[in-house]
Amino acid sequence: MSAVGSLPFVVSMLLVILGLYALLFKRNLIKMVIGVSLIETGVNLFLVTLGYRTAGVAPIYTYAPATTVRVLPTPQALTLTSIVIGLATTALLLSFAVLIYRHYGTLDVSKIKELRG
Amino acid sequence: MTALANHAPVLLIAAPLFAAFAAPLVGKLGERVRMAFTVAIMGITGCLAGLLAATLYAQGAAPIVYVLGGQIPLPSGLAVPIRIMLEVDGLSAFMVLLTALVGIAAVCYNISYRRGRSGGAFYDSLTFLLLAGVFGLVQTGDLFNFFVFLEVTSIAACALIGFRTWRNRSAEAAFKVMALYTLSGLFVLLAVGLLYGQHGGLNIAYLASSVRGAAIDRVALALLLTGLAMKAGAVPMHMWAPEAYGEAPASAAMVLVANSQASLYGLFRVLFTLYGMSIGTTAIGWILIVLALATIVVGVTMALIQKDIKRLIAFGAVSQIGYMLLAVGVGFAVLATRPAFGLTAITGGIFHMVNDIACIGLLFLGAGVIVRASGTRDLNAMGGLAHDLRATTVLFAIGAFALAGVPPLNGFASKLLIYESTFQLSPVLAVIAVVGSIFLLAVFLRVFQAAFLGPRLLRGVTPVPVTMTIAMAFLAAVVIGFGLFPGFFIDKIVAPAANALWQGQSGYIAAVMGG
Repeated sequence: MSAVGSLPFVVSMLLVILGLYALLFKRNLIKMVIGVSLIETGVNLFLVTLGYRTAGVAPIYTYAPATTVRVLPTPQALTLTSIVIGLATTALLLSFAVLIYRHYGTLDVSKIKELRG
Repeated sequence: MTALANHAPVLLIAAPLFAAFAAPLVGKLGERVRMAFTVAIMGITGCLAGLLAATLYAQGAAPIVYVLGGQIPLPSGLAVPIRIMLEVDGLSAFMVLLTALVGIAAVCYNISYRRGRSGGAFYDSLTFLLLAGVFGLVQTGDLFNFFVFLEVTSIAACALIGFRTWRNRSAEAAFKVMALYTLSGLFVLLAVGLLYGQHGGLNIAYLASSVRGAAIDRVALALLLTGLAMKAGAVPMHMWAPEAYGEAPASAAMVLVANSQASLYGLFRVLFTLYGMSIGTTAIGWILIVLALATIVVGVTMALIQKDIKRLIAFGAVSQIGYMLLAVGVGFAVLATRPAFGLTAITGGIFHMVNDIACIGLLFLGAGVIVRASGTRDLNAMGGLAHDLRATTVLFAIGAFALAGVPPLNGFASKLLIYESTFQLSPVLAVIAVVGSIFLLAVFLRVFQAAFLGPRLLRGVTPVPVTMTIAMAFLAAVVIGFGLFPGFFIDKIVAPAANALWQGQSGYIAAVMGG
């Protein structure tokens, strides 16, 4: 395991919980999107932390000295992919929020009556 | 031919993905060209699916492993397969065939569905993107790619739900569903991260060989189960399903049901292949059984009180997910002792997937025709449509009776297997399942009576384009064919899938990790 201690893991889980709170209890659509975005950030931070190695170097074969710790780049690749996917989902969510605002003139979930049931 | 067969797994993803991005460009050449293009690509995809399945069945039970940029088995000295790979076993091949079936019906229906209206090219584009995502989801042998394809299907599915931007409810439903899909996707990603941190790999076969049921593994399992059950539409996370199926255009609703089933496939893959005997199967199996019974009860009860025809069918679709979950849950609960009825239950559950998609698809397409012809979705406002829509009346009746499990249609064949096998675990399960089916029959008799029978209430009913009727007739042929010859289809395509779950774990691991 990495030698960064447990603090980054705690922080990333706090972000996830904060995001879940916003998604479940906020009534404004934009705040709900922010909540989703926070969960994404928390998970991404978690993935990056998994890949951290103390004093590790980038795994470029001709460049890294053979004696040092080389970092396996899989978590970084995962995080990049996940960020791109997060961008797409956030864009789609925001465009639906725009459409809802055009139809109802409000972003408050409790005032959009047809959403119930 | 062999080269094509060798590359069939990746081409199955590539062909619809190509069509997804090419459709708007081809659409510039004219509507007829685009339609010919979509039909051609779907034809190719269907042939590839058949070829892949035939290759797999010809070589027995061993899974097909397709590696992108690498080799399997690993060169000596390497223990962890860091590879992007597709792994097709009996269950994947079954899901591939199911997805191809849905794709063919959807594309055929789409030909005239959006003719003369704007945005047809984008509609085709999103449909193909969703199909590409589902093909990837059911074939991938890598847990992270599983997440990527899950998100591809989420994005395409929600764009289809919100496609009719001029309707108020479409955008609302799409927002709600997208938030839930993203949440379920992030649960899966968190679980993938946990498993990677614990075992240092992402390959499903490698993970399956090293998962021992430690605390982290259990947390990851809980996250995966929650995320995938949410996306499959099982109670208590089913709220999105009626919104999604109800608001999506008819053919998209059918593909969305296939997408939910692909999530269910993911759930089965995680339980049987990734974890298998390393966790307490009885406890997890009973959790699934309880969820499944709740899904059946809630789905059927909510269907009883609906007035909107598409939401009613949507709740019917939710209840059917319960039957699949019930059967496979029973199979998982008895995995440790392996009595014969466990395999029967899994066979029934898997067989019910294809039966469900055929009759639910038929009903959604029929509802699309009804709504298009009568201009209303309110069951109380329509009536006497049998005078004008003769073919649709017959086809809708076939779908409704099949879904309720009336012999000799296909729903009966698989539900009988489910009743028999669940009865042996506990008679209560079978009783609830049978009562659910009886109520469903009542629901659909009411729909049929309200929409088709009685005096002609509506004037100037729009005639139905012939390609829509062909799409429905195709699904009806599947419904009747599977109902008349269940033994043949169970033998050919369902048994390999059920065996892949029941005893395929070691074979799945060995195909990647070596003997």
